[in-house]
Amino acid sequence: MDCKRNAVIRLWDCRILRDGALQREDLWMRNGKIIDPEKLFFDERRSADVEMHCPFIISPGFIDIQINGGFGVDFTSCTATTIGSAVALVRKNILAHGVTSFCPTVITSSPALYHELLPHVKRARGGAHGAEILGLHLEGPYINKDKKGAHRLEFVQTTLPNGAVDFDTTYGDLGDTSIITVAPELEGGMVAIEQLAKRGITVSLGHSDANIDLAQEAIRRGARCMTHLFNAMPQFHHRDPGMVGLIAQSSAANLQTVFYGLIADGVHTHPATLKIAYRAHPKGAILVTDAISAMGFGAGIQFIAGVQIEITGNHALIAGTNTLCGSIATMDRCIRYFLEATDCSIVEALESASLHPAQLLGISDRKGTLNFYSDADFVVLDDHLHVLATFIAGECVWQGEKTNFVPPKC
Amino acid sequence: MRLVIVDDYSGVAEWAAKYVCRRILDFQPGPNKFFTLGLPTGSTPLGMYKKLIEFHRAGKLSFKYVKTFNMDEYVGLARQHPESYHSFMWNNFFKHIDIDPLNAHLLDGNAKNLVEECDLFEKEIKKAGGIELFIGGIGPDGHIAFNEPGSSLVSRTRVKTLAKETIIANARFFGNDVSQVPTMALTVGVGTVMDAREVMILITGAHKALALYKAIEEGVNHMWTVSAFQMHPRSLFLCDEDATLELRVKTVKYFKGLIHVHNQLVEDHVDAPAGISMAKQLSTEN
Repeated sequence: MDCKRNAVIRLWDCRILRDGALQREDLWMRNGKIIDPEKLFFDERRSADVEMHCPFIISPGFIDIQINGGFGVDFTSCTATTIGSAVALVRKNILAHGVTSFCPTVITSSPALYHELLPHVKRARGGAHGAEILGLHLEGPYINKDKKGAHRLEFVQTTLPNGAVDFDTTYGDLGDTSIITVAPELEGGMVAIEQLAKRGITVSLGHSDANIDLAQEAIRRGARCMTHLFNAMPQFHHRDPGMVGLIAQSSAANLQTVFYGLIADGVHTHPATLKIAYRAHPKGAILVTDAISAMGFGAGIQFIAGVQIEITGNHALIAGTNTLCGSIATMDRCIRYFLEATDCSIVEALESASLHPAQLLGISDRKGTLNFYSDADFVVLDDHLHVLATFIAGECVWQGEKTNFVPPKC
Repeated sequence: MRLVIVDDYSGVAEWAAKYVCRRILDFQPGPNKFFTLGLPTGSTPLGMYKKLIEFHRAGKLSFKYVKTFNMDEYVGLARQHPESYHSFMWNNFFKHIDIDPLNAHLLDGNAKNLVEECDLFEKEIKKAGGIELFIGGIGPDGHIAFNEPGSSLVSRTRVKTLAKETIIANARFFGNDVSQVPTMALTVGVGTVMDAREVMILITGAHKALALYKAIEEGVNHMWTVSAFQMHPRSLFLCDEDATLELRVKTVKYFKGLIHVHNQLVEDHVDAPAGISMAKQLSTEN
């Protein structure tokens, strides 16, 4: 679809996710933005140039703030020469899963690697070539050694004597970084968190042994999120809830909304656990894939970075073992699983993959909603939340083969 | 004058919508022949709009060759305000139909020069060839549009200061804060509506019963401005049972006796040519 500049497009009879409800409404757009048809009618006295019947659910485009790779590539394993094509491959292929913007994620690495990779991953607009890059998510290396998970111990750093300056030294230029996952209990961690937050970088707490008081202190200092809740943090205990306890307090304790990432792949977090977290703090839930390179492959044996991986159903295991080696669930599948596991509404499931991550990143004026003047990034879905088509800036960038959805022609 | 009495509000909504539909279809509008419609806002016509939208969705009725002129609008109220008549028309009618935005005319209550705006509106109506069918509702005090008691019966489109009672009654739409209610409005005059080739007035509910009685059973009087339409060659009052409570039994019985004749005005034509001629014949008598 190649619409002329200034062409007004109207999708009518949709069920649009807007203001917390699926509204039977028309979606109007022009030049890549959602527009107010009432203003068009009375001010410009114009109607649509292109009209299309679209009796489907329309959700804001999904935003994945934690994705390590997929479709055979792993960002952290890249070099200066391969990172560009790896990001390009992933951003193109996640369109089929409704993801219209994302934060490529690099996990704990050596300073040399950060200096090598980071300059090659810039914020970039989306389109037919792929989802918008919202900036990097750097997960580590400032994390707790005891909670390192699959991160490489030799690269973990445990002190920040110079505050945020240490981030600059380790990572290099942070101009295209949106999120940093950090453990607040590290020496100098609190000061660093405060400084990062002031610079406009979103701080997420994770790979940490922090108790609830320490985590609260970090929130007061400007941290806004918890990385893959329940994973790589203290287990919930009724007398010592740990960082997890924040989900029960963020609404009560005069804290601003604390967000938390959830991997709803049916493997990493038990459905009962998803339900507990979600029920405690529905407005903070953010669905992430935390996907590894095997995401997007069918069942069978794959070789990734020299390791033989066996994919069966939702599981990616190191072949011949029972060792999980990351999430391979796509965003649309996570949403469907989350919906079923938590008994939430369709609206709440979709907002957890769109509105909430946009709010975390402070971009909900243009992403994560279908309000007037937002970017026309959206997903067309059937009643069971299967993706029929994906739009970025008003342009159909992906459509399913076996659907009766036909994008508007100009 | 005709008086059509149906059972209740939904009956009024359906009859009115069918009548509008019939009139537009029989007019056979086209690119060089637009049907011009005068439109009200408020709770009384809301049901009619819903029905008209249904007809449009079912493919029975298009507004492509229809021009509309709205009766009134508040002065100084932001157009986007949910209580503005622009918002009402957009949300309850225009956004659901295929009317060309260029053909939907509303008075601009935020115009720099309000007098000019009113004069322009009159000119636009003339330019469109006058109004074919003006639909109106009335207030409990018998006002049509914002032509409140005492308005000249030959008035034209103009700025009006609202009666204290109207302002107080409207406060419920503005958070019960009287200070938020607009105190002025632009409105078509009684004379403007009188110029339409046909006028249909919708009246529902017991609280409008006195107004209906004043409108049709007493003399023409500027204190009940809607009574002016007794002098109109083609007027139709459409009401529910509740609105007839103050009428004489004789009046009600007489018009109910004619309902089978009036119902022919809204029936689908079984045999198109004959049907059209029947409707035409009916619609010329009064």
